[in-house]
Amino acid sequence: MVEAKIIVKHKVGLHARPAAAFVQTASKFTSQITVKNLTRVGDPVNAKSILSVLTLGVLQNHEIQLNAEGPDEQKAVESLRELVLNNFGESE
Amino acid sequence: MEEISLQGIAASNGIAIGPAYCFVPAKLSIPVRTRESAEQEMTRFGPALGRAKRELQELHDSLAQRTGEKEAAIFEAHQMMLEDPTLAEKVREAVDAGQIIEQAVVTATNGLAAMLEAMADPLFAARAADVKDVGARVLRILLGLPDLTLGNLKEPSIVIAHDLTPSDTASLDPDLTLGFCTEAGGLTSHSAILARTLGIPAIVALGEDLIRRVPTGTQLVLDGETGKLFVSASDQTVRQYQRTRDEREIHRMQIRAHASEPAHTSNGRRVEVGANIGDAASARDALANGAEGVGLLRTEFLYLDQVQPPSEESQLGIYEEIFKVIGQRPLIVRTLDIGGDKPPSYLPFPQEMNPFLGWRAIRISLDRTDLFKTQLRAILRAAVGYQVRIMFPMVSDLDELRRARHLVDEVKVELSHEKLAFADNVPVGIMVETPAAAVLVDVLSEAADFFSLGTNDLTQYTLAVDRGNATVSALYQPLHPSVLRLIQQTIQLAHARGKWVGMCGELAGMAKAIPILLGLGLDEFSMNPRAIPEAKHLIRQLDDGQARKIADYALGLKTATEIDTYMQETLKNL
Repeated sequence: MVEAKIIVKHKVGLHARPAAAFVQTASKFTSQITVKNLTRVGDPVNAKSILSVLTLGVLQNHEIQLNAEGPDEQKAVESLRELVLNNFGESE
Repeated sequence: MEEISLQGIAASNGIAIGPAYCFVPAKLSIPVRTRESAEQEMTRFGPALGRAKRELQELHDSLAQRTGEKEAAIFEAHQMMLEDPTLAEKVREAVDAGQIIEQAVVTATNGLAAMLEAMADPLFAARAADVKDVGARVLRILLGLPDLTLGNLKEPSIVIAHDLTPSDTASLDPDLTLGFCTEAGGLTSHSAILARTLGIPAIVALGEDLIRRVPTGTQLVLDGETGKLFVSASDQTVRQYQRTRDEREIHRMQIRAHASEPAHTSNGRRVEVGANIGDAASARDALANGAEGVGLLRTEFLYLDQVQPPSEESQLGIYEEIFKVIGQRPLIVRTLDIGGDKPPSYLPFPQEMNPFLGWRAIRISLDRTDLFKTQLRAILRAAVGYQVRIMFPMVSDLDELRRARHLVDEVKVELSHEKLAFADNVPVGIMVETPAAAVLVDVLSEAADFFSLGTNDLTQYTLAVDRGNATVSALYQPLHPSVLRLIQQTIQLAHARGKWVGMCGELAGMAKAIPILLGLGLDEFSMNPRAIPEAKHLIRQLDDGQARKIADYALGLKTATEIDTYMQETLKNL
């Protein structure tokens, strides 16, 4: 199992396009991936489910925790981490 | 055809004149049939999903071509929802629980929508409409019905519909849509919000038989300001509204042009008009609309939706950002104003029968001095170089105020020991929102530098009406004689002791109340930024003598209805 904690810097948080990009990236992997919002109370949810990710209510500067388990767990967490750290590929 | 007029809820300003276009997608109802085996039911789900995805792809492509990729993104979001494994899981659960597939799709999407609706952030909550929309699409396909879109509109028309979903409105062409009217909905429904965003006049909640009464092609006049819809409008009505439309357009341009100038009554008394804000974005909006200061900075957002109370440093940064936008204009910060109706997770709240009469606002601050002192420290530190004032919410007697002030002094001593820079001469005032405070303004003047009337709570507490309770909300009348008397008394008692009085409740921005408040001598009006241009315009039209007469007359009336009618007449004759 691979774990990572990241702060979401994007101004809308995990909503709209960033949420979509996050889920699309997660869906490329076969590992089970969960994401949890550490800034709010709540349980980890399936990172491949857009609806579940939205219910986390991740806003700008919230910290999230990723967990992946499966054959490509290392690669999955790395890709998602990179996506978030690169501000979902947006320049701002 | 005889002209008839219908009344709905005015949802988006403006006048529209043109033919009706009835948008009536087929009614979706869940069929009554025997459930097959779970596997059998589920075999229909996959193909329906596939079909839905193809429809969304087509909608996406045509909208992207017509208006742009950004507008079309909504359909991509819908596609992702269709592919969501959680949706499939919930559908399967419902089928396993004995439902037929059509029912299961509705159960699953409604359940997911409810989870989103419950979220505090409106941005996330708004996604609920999308989930329901996706559910309706799949159900429609399962029922074998065709897709109907607003993209078929050929000439400029007023759209008539039961209600509009996000996918309906996404296919709507703003150039051809003069306005829209819906049978259902409310001020915060998806279609109403969209209408305001696009600046299209709209009326909602016109009643269930609207579509039956207004066939396509009927001549309509829609007044988005009053919520009136004229069906089969006569030539006379059409001409009259064309004139009104032109006049209003000129009026709007005029008041906007003067929004940034200070407000004086026509005989020259200067009245301060400020804004109620909650963050740096609304602060910028306030200045753009001509706010001369901030009569209320809400700080609750710092505390809600957090797992732990905000640190001094994080608050400091947020206050500094907002103060910087407002610059040298006066700004009033209200300290923590939360209660058991919206408890933050880190504060253990007792089970309360009545949170509005419970542990809230200043009562929490005085019990949890750790939280309160952290906030006071952050405000005083951020206030260096700015015109900041501090205000306590829900004070009801002098002891509370003295204790709160004492804590301000304590914090100042601590800050100077720690050699941290802070603003030393910050005026400290209170909200007048309990009847107890209004009655005791002379006594409270001993320890308050200023007063600000919070009329939303003052009305609620004076009339003993919970305005969130639909059964009694009609009894919530801010122009009630009892409320006006408390306002009058507050201003008189405070002025007699040389203290100024502002107002940051909704009443301060209400046209019907402004002449009365001006006549009673209110010193500062603070309101939603968008209401400022119109409020300043109204203040400039009145002179003090005239306003005093209006106030005297209104306070002599016996019921809220009488006052309301009188003020409507008064405004017409200005």
